[in-house]
Amino acid sequence: MRRIALLFALLLVVAACSPTDSIDTTTSSAETSTTAVETTTTAVETTTTAEAAAFPVTVTDARGEVTVVTMPESIVSLTSTGTEMLFAVGAGDQVVAVDEFSTYPEEAPTSDLSGFTPNVEAILSYDPDLVIISFDPGDLQASLDAVDVPSLLLPTAASLDDSYSQLNTIGTATGHADQASDVVAQMQGDLDDIVVGTDVPEGISFYHEVDATLYSTSSSSFLGQIYGLLGLENIADGADDPGGFGFPQLASEYVVSEDPDLIFLGDIDFGVTPESVGARPGWDGMTAVQNEAIVGLDSYLASNWGPRVVELLAVIADAVVEHSPAS
Amino acid sequence: MRLETPTQAVAPRRVGAGSWVVAVLVLAVIGVASLLIGSVELPVAGVLGALVDKLPLFSVDHDLTDTELRILYDIRFPRVVMGALVGAVLAVAGAGYQGVFRNPLADPYLLGVAAGAGLGATLVIGLGAATALIAPVAFVGGLAAVAVTYALSRTVGGRTTTSLILAGVAVAAFATAFQTFLLQRNYDTLRQVYAWILGRLGTVGWGDVLTLLPYAVVASGVLLVLRRFLDVLALGDEESAALGVNVPRVRRLVVLAATLATAAAVSVSGLIGFVGIIVPHTVRLLTGWSYRVIIPLSLVYGAAFLMLADLIARTVVAPAELPIGVVTAFLGAPFFLLVLRTMKGSS
Repeated sequence: MRRIALLFALLLVVAACSPTDSIDTTTSSAETSTTAVETTTTAVETTTTAEAAAFPVTVTDARGEVTVVTMPESIVSLTSTGTEMLFAVGAGDQVVAVDEFSTYPEEAPTSDLSGFTPNVEAILSYDPDLVIISFDPGDLQASLDAVDVPSLLLPTAASLDDSYSQLNTIGTATGHADQASDVVAQMQGDLDDIVVGTDVPEGISFYHEVDATLYSTSSSSFLGQIYGLLGLENIADGADDPGGFGFPQLASEYVVSEDPDLIFLGDIDFGVTPESVGARPGWDGMTAVQNEAIVGLDSYLASNWGPRVVELLAVIADAVVEHSPAS
Repeated sequence: MRLETPTQAVAPRRVGAGSWVVAVLVLAVIGVASLLIGSVELPVAGVLGALVDKLPLFSVDHDLTDTELRILYDIRFPRVVMGALVGAVLAVAGAGYQGVFRNPLADPYLLGVAAGAGLGATLVIGLGAATALIAPVAFVGGLAAVAVTYALSRTVGGRTTTSLILAGVAVAAFATAFQTFLLQRNYDTLRQVYAWILGRLGTVGWGDVLTLLPYAVVASGVLLVLRRFLDVLALGDEESAALGVNVPRVRRLVVLAATLATAAAVSVSGLIGFVGIIVPHTVRLLTGWSYRVIIPLSLVYGAAFLMLADLIARTVVAPAELPIGVVTAFLGAPFFLLVLRTMKGSS
């Protein structure tokens, strides 16, 4: 079935690529945009013009400077965080396709494009005027350069500041610079509110599990820094090598001897449950197991660095309040 | 059944009691060291006291806390025992394969066990099924791959060992390609699969040890009983048949036992490479070419080698861990070259 659907898709693409058709498409889209401007209210018209007038803009991504000549109208995003940010800054209407793992927000136009093994031709079939990726396997950016499609490489944030600057980059590149600053201000305010509003007793320690082979994350990772906002002690910090990626694999006996107050599971989508953690050899006597202080984390929240980190911090803060030894 | 003539034809070097004493001593020293040293420091006297205390009839005072006792009995001890079992099984299976195929490069993964088990594990992880299913499905995958290899070799080229080995290569390549395809489709689970492929003893408990134990005992028993026939097989199929050995039957039994044990080991510990090649070859260098000696000594040294590799894996970057497959390959690859050079020099 899938193969047949693919064949059809291919036929459609081939049809769309024939020269006469493409000329037709250009004309008709020009017509549509004129009509749109004429029929919209004056207020919207001014903002649209103002936003569009800011172009061309130049932003900086992980590779260097990128110039976006006109306001993008068909954006392809191959990164779930990129998708989340696009919709957060109000550029959702300009997005034509997102990769298979961009599950948020629901209205995002999910496609079977892959950010892991991207196919340039499949991406170009959406006729994008901006492509957003979080890593660049197989020189995707060079291929897009060759056909004059601007692309933004926005890798996993190393810090919250990184995340804020990516939001601003996406905002500027899509014509929503002001909204992006608002989103950043909102995020900062919300995170501050949670930090101020949460009473964290001294010396609460935790273990964050990335997968069942006891990979964890230390305070040098983005995720670790979110935990750090609440002043929690991360047991993985004892295992982090200098210059490491912030994701050390811990020894089972080390986790048991550190005896963290809280356990957060980032791997509940892979068959790990609070019960299975408690049933591990030697783990049954641990404080967190005895107190049932084991919290499963939504895997989306635990692996993205967009505005929804506010939700992640809220979940962590709730868990801290609920399982504090004092209460 | 006694087979004096053929074994004498192979002219084994005489192996005295000394070799056995040394082997058992090495095993014991590494075993005790593995229990004493870990990523968490436990007081040496306390550990020794607690271990003796566990023996029947002994009661010794030790000052280990409850947490320390759990670390010793529930985490470190089963892990050390598991390392020994897996190492013993892989080494003895490797020796068995090398004997039966008369090929010094044969290893326990020769007939596609590893690729089949890897595919099974990838399927379970990729589909997001319960992690408890990884071991059984990997076990079935490993056995299925070998069954396909066997069936293929029969349809292709009769009963020669070459066709069997070539069929194994083809099956392994196919299973690996399919596994890579699955990984590409589910890249979010890549690290999990990767961790499994590199081998892991980090989270084993007594339950896993009990799962592997029967396979290890039966397979090692079969190989120990058949070890004299392996010496006969070294003379060639026709000569062995002339000496009254049912060659296809012996070969089938050895392959079956080695495969079962390997699949069981791989399913609980992941793919740990090089043990099955370097241990039997080292034993061969030390004691000569008779399988009467190679098989039992491979059991002992395989256990010792893997315990040592695991000790390194869990202490070198403690409290983080290295994948044990990395350690065995890192130690094994240069060591293997050394063995090859020495063999070349002596011949």
